[in-house]
Amino acid sequence: MRSITNFATTLVIGAAAIYGVLSTYWFLSTLSGPGFALGFASVAGSLTKFALQAAISVAVIYLVWKFLSEDRKEPVVKNLLIGTPYLWLLALFLVPFVIVLKISLSDTALAIPPYTPTLDLAAGWKGITDFFSELDFENFVWLTEDDLYWKAYLSSLKIALTSTILTLLVGFPIAYGMARAPTEWRATLLMLVILPFWTSFLIRVYSWMGILSQEGYLNQLLMSLGLISEPLIILNTNVAVYIGIVYTYLPFMILPIYSALEKLDGSLLEAAEDLGCSRLSAFWLVTAPLSKQGVIAGSFLVFIPTLGEFVIPSLLGGSKTLMIGKVLWEEFFSNRDWPVASAVAVVLLLILVIPIILFQRNEQKQREIDG
Amino acid sequence: MRRFSWFNATSLTLGFAFLYLPMVILVIYSFNASKLVTVWAGFSTKWYGELLQNDAFLDAAWVTVKVAVMSSTLATVLGTIAAIVMIRAGRFYGRTLFSGMIYAPLVMPEVITGLSLLLLFIGIGLDRGVLTIVLAHTTFSMCYVSVVVSSRLVSFDQSLEEAALDLGCSPFQAFRLVTLPIIAPAVISGWLLAFTLSLDDLVIASFTAGPSATTLPMKIWSSVRLGVSPEINALSTLMIAVVTLGVISASIISKRGAVKQQREEQAAERAEAE
Repeated sequence: MRSITNFATTLVIGAAAIYGVLSTYWFLSTLSGPGFALGFASVAGSLTKFALQAAISVAVIYLVWKFLSEDRKEPVVKNLLIGTPYLWLLALFLVPFVIVLKISLSDTALAIPPYTPTLDLAAGWKGITDFFSELDFENFVWLTEDDLYWKAYLSSLKIALTSTILTLLVGFPIAYGMARAPTEWRATLLMLVILPFWTSFLIRVYSWMGILSQEGYLNQLLMSLGLISEPLIILNTNVAVYIGIVYTYLPFMILPIYSALEKLDGSLLEAAEDLGCSRLSAFWLVTAPLSKQGVIAGSFLVFIPTLGEFVIPSLLGGSKTLMIGKVLWEEFFSNRDWPVASAVAVVLLLILVIPIILFQRNEQKQREIDG
Repeated sequence: MRRFSWFNATSLTLGFAFLYLPMVILVIYSFNASKLVTVWAGFSTKWYGELLQNDAFLDAAWVTVKVAVMSSTLATVLGTIAAIVMIRAGRFYGRTLFSGMIYAPLVMPEVITGLSLLLLFIGIGLDRGVLTIVLAHTTFSMCYVSVVVSSRLVSFDQSLEEAALDLGCSPFQAFRLVTLPIIAPAVISGWLLAFTLSLDDLVIASFTAGPSATTLPMKIWSSVRLGVSPEINALSTLMIAVVTLGVISASIISKRGAVKQQREEQAAERAEAE
């Protein structure tokens, strides 16, 4: 009973606060919109309206708060603290996703919005049953029938996997070098790795366009050195996509491996060498197993976002580069086929669930080891 | 003192060359006089001049800064509250769903986040523009903020808060006087992270922006798709310069803060010993 009254009080205060925020927004949007052109009278009108609404909202909050006994205040504050981010994420993360799911089950239509059915609450219960009876899995069947889609999924998986391995091969020696560097150097090296991460992703991808193009800097260099006689075609191929991914995601690979290697006790390596290990076998027997968690974490951090990547394949890849993020974008913006775009999104998420769960497990294990 | 081994020095040099050469080339060629981007024709700053006269870019930059300031501030407030809830609220109804919704946006592909938010905005009939981009950016960056802040909250000693409460602070005072100063560095870096994420974002902004609002990455995107251009090189150089200065000064400030704190702690220990 107690918790119900606390909850009800929270709801009243929360609703009053939301009302206040919304009326502020309405007021500001009339000011920044064509409201100014309408002259003084309309601005004064909306100002009065806003003052009234704000007064109601403040008065409700104040009255409820004032008549609350001291021991009731704390649970109400707690409810408000939990409720604000909770509602925000429900409204702007979960609900949108349910909408995507619903549209993926709808049919394409030449209308606004371009799909049917739309929920008609005015028709009452019949409207709701009609709505559900019209949903079907047609779009998902379509995804399996047209080979563009499953080829795009497969090629995204292939590109993501290959570039994760490449990033590991490039990133491990750098992380290793950083962890073995003199202590006073490490902070600087770490900052040098993080710095590109703060720089615009788009610009970092763009910087490769000038290097890899046919008359680009790389071809100029190689030709002036006499290594090649004809320019290499790299831009607009999968090779360029691999380079772009390795380049932009490298910090995500280096940082977890570095933090695993940095913790590694140097005396373990000395012990291994004293016991007759060669340097190489000491690496395989001591360093590699102890950096495993970092390698796994880094690989997932590269693999997961690469799978849905859009910018890199569109800028560096060619017309033959198939990646699912690009397909979704084109389905939505070029073909205006919202139901198929939504179905593509749902399947992509289903594919991502597996690596995400594995990643979470790895993190959990890491936390347990760290204590 | 350990020194660089031959192997490590080589791998670090090659690695950092790979990380930085593309950007160095971009910066150098932004001062190229030629319209042909790949042919060097002498030093010139004319592309910077043209950039400053390009109203479309300036408008887009202004929209981007507005969106970034609003969304990162909102995200910092919401994300900090979410972190406190996650670490301190104990059990409450729907906790699993809540933590799921905090972590899921971090791994969600941008195209899906963008698509789903756009469908929501169309569904509820919200006009697309600056407001919808702010809502979208706040939603994903508040999750980053909450991860950063909660890692700080986990590591700090809760008995400090309890002591404040025992000494007669109200919970709000305890938060303001004890908790907030301790988590402040994490809150600030959360804000910076949210700000950069918003400045950087192309995909989600393209989905959620209407025809009335274009952000800088969207503007860069539409001209970059046609190929390399000297104006974009100049713009990129300016952006790289701002970020580099920001990161370096932030790290110097935080280093000074750490040194100062260390000194104060040592002084306190000495005073205690006497």
